[in-house]
Amino acid sequence: MWSSPFISAPASVSQIMLRVIFAMVPGIAMYVWFFGPAILVSITLASITALATEALMLKLRNRPLKPFLTDNSALLTGWLLALSIPALAPWWLVVVGTAFGIAVAKHLYGGLGNNPFNPAMVGYAVLIISFPAHMTHWLTPHGLEGIVLSFPDQLNYIFHGILPASTTLDALTTATPLDTLKTQLHLGLPVNEIRDMPIYGHLAGKGTEMVAIGFGLGGLYMLYARIISWHTPVIYLGTLFAIAGLFHLVDPASYVAPTFHWFSGAAMLGAFFIFTDPVGGPTTIKGRVIYSAGAALLTWLIRSYGGFPDGVAFAALLMNICVPLIDTWTQPKVFGRKGDGK
Amino acid sequence: MISALWVMIGISLVLGAVLGYSAIRFKVEGNPLVEKIDAVLPQTQCGQCGYPGCKPYAEAIAKGEADINLCPPGGEEGIHKLAELLGVEFKPFGEGKGPRAKAVAFIDENTCIGCTLCLQACPVDAIVGAAKQMHTIVASECTGCELCVEPCPVDCISMQAIPEDISTWKWPYPVFAIAPVRNNPQKAEAS
Amino acid sequence: MRTLYRFHGGIHPEEHKLESSEAPARRAPLPKKLILPLHQHIGNGAKVAVQVGDKVLKGQMLASAQGMISAAIHAPTSGSVTAIAQHPVPHPSGLDGLCIHLESDGEDRWIERAALDFRAMPKPELLDRLRDAGIVGLGGATFPTHVKYGLPSGQRIDTLVINGAECEPWITTDDRLMREHADGIVRGIEVLRHLSGAGEVLVGIEDNKPQAITAMRAACAGSDIEVVAVPTLYPSGGEKQLIRILTGKEVPSGGRPTNIGVACNNVATAYAIHRFVDHGEPMISRLVTVTGNVRTPMNVEVLIGTPLTEVVECAEALPGTTGYILGGPMMGLEVDDLHLPAVKSTNCIIAKSAQLFPPPPPAMPCIRCTRCAQVCPADLQPQELHWFSKAKNFGKTQEYHLFDCIECGACAYVCPSHIPLVQYFRFAKSEIWQREHEQQAAEIARERHEFRMFRQEREKQEKAERLAQKEKAAQAAKPAVATPLPVAAAANADPDDTLQMRVDADIARANMQLRIDAAAARAKEQAAAAQPKNIDALTPQQQAEIAEIEARRAKLREIASDAGADDEPPKQI
Repeated sequence: MWSSPFISAPASVSQIMLRVIFAMVPGIAMYVWFFGPAILVSITLASITALATEALMLKLRNRPLKPFLTDNSALLTGWLLALSIPALAPWWLVVVGTAFGIAVAKHLYGGLGNNPFNPAMVGYAVLIISFPAHMTHWLTPHGLEGIVLSFPDQLNYIFHGILPASTTLDALTTATPLDTLKTQLHLGLPVNEIRDMPIYGHLAGKGTEMVAIGFGLGGLYMLYARIISWHTPVIYLGTLFAIAGLFHLVDPASYVAPTFHWFSGAAMLGAFFIFTDPVGGPTTIKGRVIYSAGAALLTWLIRSYGGFPDGVAFAALLMNICVPLIDTWTQPKVFGRKGDGK
Repeated sequence: MISALWVMIGISLVLGAVLGYSAIRFKVEGNPLVEKIDAVLPQTQCGQCGYPGCKPYAEAIAKGEADINLCPPGGEEGIHKLAELLGVEFKPFGEGKGPRAKAVAFIDENTCIGCTLCLQACPVDAIVGAAKQMHTIVASECTGCELCVEPCPVDCISMQAIPEDISTWKWPYPVFAIAPVRNNPQKAEAS
Repeated sequence: MRTLYRFHGGIHPEEHKLESSEAPARRAPLPKKLILPLHQHIGNGAKVAVQVGDKVLKGQMLASAQGMISAAIHAPTSGSVTAIAQHPVPHPSGLDGLCIHLESDGEDRWIERAALDFRAMPKPELLDRLRDAGIVGLGGATFPTHVKYGLPSGQRIDTLVINGAECEPWITTDDRLMREHADGIVRGIEVLRHLSGAGEVLVGIEDNKPQAITAMRAACAGSDIEVVAVPTLYPSGGEKQLIRILTGKEVPSGGRPTNIGVACNNVATAYAIHRFVDHGEPMISRLVTVTGNVRTPMNVEVLIGTPLTEVVECAEALPGTTGYILGGPMMGLEVDDLHLPAVKSTNCIIAKSAQLFPPPPPAMPCIRCTRCAQVCPADLQPQELHWFSKAKNFGKTQEYHLFDCIECGACAYVCPSHIPLVQYFRFAKSEIWQREHEQQAAEIARERHEFRMFRQEREKQEKAERLAQKEKAAQAAKPAVATPLPVAAAANADPDDTLQMRVDADIARANMQLRIDAAAARAKEQAAAAQPKNIDALTPQQQAEIAEIEARRAKLREIASDAGADDEPPKQI
């Protein structure tokens, strides 16, 4: 005997995940435009690793393969991770990060829907702690001085670690805008002088700012398609803007403008793709507000005072820890119980 | 040094007074644990636990003399509740000691000789009758303890399972559509 | 323009109403055999008031209301009662219920009918008449109407809400009824207004039924009944939701609308009241939508008790029909065979086919997306309730207010993981009900056991006192001679009362054992014969009595087996 209802809306998990993946396309297009096609290699690598790890874990856990391999959640994890690490990272870095995220952070906690932490962010955290040197090989955007590597040369480096003669890694890569900012602030340079350096554009880093705009566009599509609720990105970006803006007003020499925070690092990716991950996030509206505001505060704190140049991944993981508590605190009032205590 | 000692003595006196006062003020009559355990037990008074009734079993559990898995009518749910209440691990029923289907006693009135032995055995006075008169069970009060079955000299008491009807029917637990791979080898291969 | 309020959530499923809403309602052919379940309403089942073999007229009461919340059942046509027996009834369990089986004589002869002057009648009497006319809410819950208006003193009703929302897809009975019988509905509303004493009457109709709104507005012209078009949004036809939309008030959790001065009735109920008050007709028929995979979807006026097979025949099910849904697709129940009778709550039969109702995809784990919470009209967190129900953590489900769930199905409808959320909630609810029931039973058993212990103690004491007095008397009479009775001797030897009793009991038990053994032997002797065995040493008079009783038993057994009610041992005198 099957219970009512006997009809259902056409939405499905795999379709939702696919749309999220689709929403990343503008950002990735910008990435390819400004940094070359190397990122596509890491995305492909991450996708294959994600699906293979997922299949292996499902087999080990005695779960059916088909529904879970086609739910696109592993794919999404792989793409998120690939976008969080340098495009020119060696192949095994992507593989290790993705495999760890899927196997440990996702399946050891019970698989789809049961992981308290965002698997991609766990993968990222493992990589940045274990292989910090490899995680700094960010490509220099096109249009800046430096050598542009041809695609075959990029492949050759990713898979074999071999660079063409007469080039060095330093000439190819550069520190990220956030990293440079942090280093230079340490050296005592005021913000306005740092911002005049060639790697910076109008909003934030050259190239990276456009990638962030790409992700923002994808995010707007998700809002339009009602895949994510507006609370998370609006509260996250709003809080980040408010905190950064406040400090920037008080001390513009030591604190960058809030728009810089928006368009550099993984802030945009976080606002629309990471903090909106439903599995590790809170389930109540009020909870989402607290979660996003907390994440914004942590992002800003880590960026301004922490040991890592960007704080999005750690903000996500730290806020993931708080989710059960936030959920318990923020249960909404039920129909017909608005009057009484709860 | 001396003043420190005085302070310590003062603190201990104050705390002692507070403790002493609360011991009198908030004194609990009886053993609340026994009451709490008794509230969890199903009150069939069947003695299947080896104690003469639910209260004695509750007392035995409270004293730590009895295990928590001795009450078949309470079901696994009952053990879970006891485990939670006492903060101990869940313990499954022993081999062949699990709960049976719910039933009520039924007296075959053609065979009953009116000996009143079952009346004396019934812990909840759910059998009516008098000497040399036929007895009958008040089904709504019967706890299904089976204590009346044994004493009957003419074996006229049987336990009858309570049939499911619309008022006792329960919605089944939804069957999760995703089956483990080993139960569904063809499907796994297909994927 | 009236200010309308919003309830939280809601969904817009495909409506599928046009299929059946455009053709005028037809009358189903008179069935040969009708089956009338005694339990067609919330509360106690009705009490049978006829006997097998009775000839009854159309509209004659077959079963009367029993207890506070109950309603009567009437013969939908004239004929004879052929049986009072178990028969499958429309219920998710698919189990049987006690039904009156009626064979129609084809004449459809009415009992004497008379209109009521309801304004001249004292209110309690009018309520009793409604109860005896079997008037129950036709909106789905079949709550007896008279109970709604039998208010405790101190409560009053300011607003009467008439529910014509009909928000569930596919169903169009209320739509048709409002288009065709708006005047009758308004007559019924007048009765309800008289009963409730409400100053304000609001008829809420979803704005996807413009013709019904027009018809109702025309019928209400000149009166102060206000017909309000409410936005189409499932489940706006839920009682609590409609009251919220129209008045902005929320029915308190666990309460009834009357708690906030509102009464709510369905348009079909109002029409049934009109039929009763103005024509003297009790509730014996209703409109049923037959739709889905059928040749001519339509609304049919069906006598209560008509087998559903005959109802579906009116519309002709098409090949490819895989089953039927009773009620709407959001809250109805699935049945495989149609040998069930139409009851007062049967508002719709949908023939299922793979195209119209594809089987649900396999359920995936919850991904906490909270689409369910976004659409829940009760502001619940279905995902939390799901986790706790799944883990059978029933205490937690109650903490998260499981019992405020109205089972509208909106959560399961939007769930991208296709989790059967409503079934989880129904499962948890029925488990909790059973547990509460068991808890109550345990409480009663404890009390009875404690009383028994107390009684035994008291009897012991009384006996001891009696013995002590007897002994005193004996000693006073013959101080020198020892009492010949062994019981007294034992009592003499031991001053301890309990020991005294124990010895006493031992002797009694020994005596008893002797007698029992003898009886057991006798019983074994007569084991083969199916004769009662407690007939030794009886006076001839008693023998005669027993013979008489035996005869009566035999007759009873015969009747019972005839009626097919032999799954329960025949009650003997």
